[in-house]
Amino acid sequence: MSKTTTKKNTKRKTSKKKWVRVDGRKPDELRPVHIESGAIPNADGSAYIEMGRNKIVVGVYGPREMHPKRFSKPNMGILRCRYHMAPFSVDPRRSPAPSRRDQEISMVMTDAIEPALFLERYPRSVIDVFVEIIEADGGTRCASINAAAVALADAGIPMKDLVSSCAAGKYEGNLILDLGDYEDKKGESDVPVAYLPKSDQVTLLQMEGIMTQEETEKCIELAIEGCKQIYEIQKEALKKKYGMVEGAEEKEEAPEEEPEEAPDVEETAEEAEEE
Amino acid sequence: MSAKFETRDIVVPGDLLYEGRIRTGENTFRSEGNVYSNKVGLVNYSNDRVSVIALEGTYTPLVGDLVVGMISDIELGQWVVDINASTDAILTIPDAINKSFRTNFDMTKVLDVGDVVVAKIVDLDRRRTPILSIVGRDLGKVHEGFIMKITPSKIPRLIGKKGSMINMILRETRCQITIGQNGRILINGRNREDEELVVKVIHKIETEAHTSGLTNRIQEYLRTIKEDRN
Amino acid sequence: MSNNIVSRLKRKKIMDVVGTGKRMDGRELLQYRDWEIKTNFLAKSEGSAEVKLGKTHVVVGVKVDVGHPFEDTPDAGVMMVNAEYTPVAHPTWEPGPPPEDAIELARIVDRGLRAAEIIDMDKLGLVSGEKVQMIFVDLYVLNYDGNLIDACSAGALAALTTTEAPEFDVSKKGEIEKTDKTYKLKLRAHPIAVTVCKIGDSLIVDPTFDEEEVKDGRITITVDENGNLNAIQKRGPIGFTVDEIKKCINIASEKAAEIRAIALAGE
Repeated sequence: MSKTTTKKNTKRKTSKKKWVRVDGRKPDELRPVHIESGAIPNADGSAYIEMGRNKIVVGVYGPREMHPKRFSKPNMGILRCRYHMAPFSVDPRRSPAPSRRDQEISMVMTDAIEPALFLERYPRSVIDVFVEIIEADGGTRCASINAAAVALADAGIPMKDLVSSCAAGKYEGNLILDLGDYEDKKGESDVPVAYLPKSDQVTLLQMEGIMTQEETEKCIELAIEGCKQIYEIQKEALKKKYGMVEGAEEKEEAPEEEPEEAPDVEETAEEAEEE
Repeated sequence: MSAKFETRDIVVPGDLLYEGRIRTGENTFRSEGNVYSNKVGLVNYSNDRVSVIALEGTYTPLVGDLVVGMISDIELGQWVVDINASTDAILTIPDAINKSFRTNFDMTKVLDVGDVVVAKIVDLDRRRTPILSIVGRDLGKVHEGFIMKITPSKIPRLIGKKGSMINMILRETRCQITIGQNGRILINGRNREDEELVVKVIHKIETEAHTSGLTNRIQEYLRTIKEDRN
Repeated sequence: MSNNIVSRLKRKKIMDVVGTGKRMDGRELLQYRDWEIKTNFLAKSEGSAEVKLGKTHVVVGVKVDVGHPFEDTPDAGVMMVNAEYTPVAHPTWEPGPPPEDAIELARIVDRGLRAAEIIDMDKLGLVSGEKVQMIFVDLYVLNYDGNLIDACSAGALAALTTTEAPEFDVSKKGEIEKTDKTYKLKLRAHPIAVTVCKIGDSLIVDPTFDEEEVKDGRITITVDENGNLNAIQKRGPIGFTVDEIKKCINIASEKAAEIRAIALAGE
C-alpha cells in the first residue's frame, strides 16, 4: 500500500539522520567532563576528574628522593605512574590487587606523560603519579591521563605542555568519540589517544578491534579533536585556583610587591634547554 | 608586540609567551625560537625579559639559602637531612661542630635522628646534593617552637619587599619566626594565642599569594583580629 | 606509619600544648573536627559513603555479590571488611598490599559491625552449602590526616544504612538470578567506633596525623545505639590505668551518639 511504502521510506531516512548513541550523544560529542585541582591536601599536586560516570582521583608526589637508591638514574629523574582500581569501582567487585591490565595501563600512561616533563632536571629523583579509579565507566585510562596532567601542573612540576587524552572508536558502523563502557564492550573498535596540544604530538596510541586503515586514521583524528576540547577544560581547572580573592584589587599595571626574580644563573640553565 | 599575554595573566605549561628572542626568566623555556611557560602562574613581561611567577613547586636548593630541616639518617661522618627538596641534604661533622673530634666520636651526642636544625646551604656538590652547615650565628639544633609548612615558592611573598611583610608580622605578633627558603617556618611565641595568630596570617598569605594589595590586607587582618581579642 | 621518624620538636610542642588543655589547631581536647558525610554517590556499588573528617578523606564502598559460604555455616551470608591504604593519601604510603595498620583498621571496623550483629547473616543464604550473599565493605583511604578508625566506622555505618541490596531469585535447579528489585538492608544495630588517645596525661579524641605520631597509646571503643559496648581495642606501647579506661568508655559513649546522628543523617 502506498501509505505503508511512504512510511517505510520516511523511517529509513530518519533513522540515518537521527542515529543517536546509547546515551543520546552525537557521534562527536564528549561526555560531560569536570576537573578539580588540589583535591588531595597531602599530595604535592592532585586532581579529581569526572568524565561521564568515571570518577578518578590522581595524586602526585615529587620530585623526591628515590628509594631504593639503586633504582634511581644518576643523570635524570624517573616518572612512575601507577593505575589502580578500587574494588567497588566496577560491577561485580574486583580484587584490590593490581591486575596485568593495571600494570599495562600504568606503563602506557607513563610513556604518554614523560615527553611532557623535563626529567633531566631531577637526577636521582622520582616523580610519582598515583591514579585511583573510584568508579569506572569506560575510557578510564584517558580520564586518568587528563587528571594526571592537571595534578602534575598543580604540583608545580615544570612541563613542556599539558597532556590531553581521549578515545575514539567504532560502534554499529559509526565512528564515535569518547566511548562509554557499553560502547567499549559492544563496539567494533576502541582507539585511545593522548596528545600534547601545543607540540602537536601523539604520546599514547592503542587500538583494538577491526577497522580499515582509513577508519583508523579518521579515529585518530577524531580522538585528537576530543583531546583539544579536553585541553580547554584542563586549563580552566588549573586557572580556577588563581581566581579573584575577596578584597583584592583588580589587575594592576605592575604588581606593587614583586617577589625576587631568580638570578641570572637560572636563565643560563633555561637557555641551555633548547629543544 | 610579540608578547602573547599581558603581565599578570594566568598561564599554563605550554602557553606561548613570546614570539622571537627575549631574555628568559624563571619558569620559562625556549623552543623553536619562541618562549613558553613551563608552569601554571602569572606571566611577567619586563623591558628585556619574560618570566612566570609560579605559585607551586618543590624547593630548589641554592647556595646561601637558610633552611629548616630534620635529621633523617646518620651515616659515617655525616648526617642526612630532609629539607623538602628533590634530594636529601648532607651535614658533615666539621660543618656541625667547630672543634676537633675523635674518630670514634658519638655523633648522636650532637644531633640525632628526629632533631630539627636551622642550617645554611654552603655548597652543592657535583651531584647537586645540598651541603649544609650549622656553624654560625642563629644556626644549629632547634629546641623550642614548632614548624609550619608552606609552598616554597610563596616564601618571597611572606618576606615581602625588603622584609616589609615579615617585619610587620613580627611587630604585631611579637613571635620569633625563622623562615626557611625551603618552605619550613619555625615559630616560637610567648603564648599560644600569638602563635595561632601567626599561623592564621601565614596561611592567609599562602592562599592569597597571587593577588595584589596583600600587605595592606594582611595589616588590616591583623588589626581586626587583635581588636576582636580585646 | 612504621618507618616514620618523629620530630622531637613536634612531640615536645604537642605535649606542651595538649598539657594546657588545647590542641595545635585550637580544638578542645574532646572536640572532633568537622564531619562531612555523603552517601549513595557511586552507581556501581550497592552502597557508598564519602567521609571527610577534617582533612582525613575516605570512601567506603559496599558491594553485595554471590559467593561461597563457610563450611561450618552453610546457610549464612559472609561479610568481609577490607581496607586499602592508597599511595595517594600520604607521602610515606607506598603502593603494595595493605600494611599491618590497614589490616588492623579493617579488623577493628569488622569486629564492631559483627559483634553488634548489625546484619542477620542467616537471612542471606541462597543455596545451602553452595551459594550465599557476600557483603563486601571496602574502606578506601584517599587522604590521611589521622583517625582513620572513627572515619571508616562512621562511613561503613552510613554506607550500610543507605545500601540498596539486590533481590536474588533462586530457581528450583539452584540457579541464581539477580533481579532488578532492591531493598534496604535491615540493620539491627548502629555501632560507632570512638578512638581516645593518650598524650602525656591527657586524653584526646580525633587525633590529627601529627597527634597520632606523638601519642603514647590509644583505645578504640565501639558503642551501639543502646549504649552497649561491642568492641574494644587498646594499643600501646604504654599502659592505661583502670580509671583512665573508665574515662575513655564514658567519652566513647558520649561521642558515639553524636557521630551516629551524623552518620545516619543520609538515611
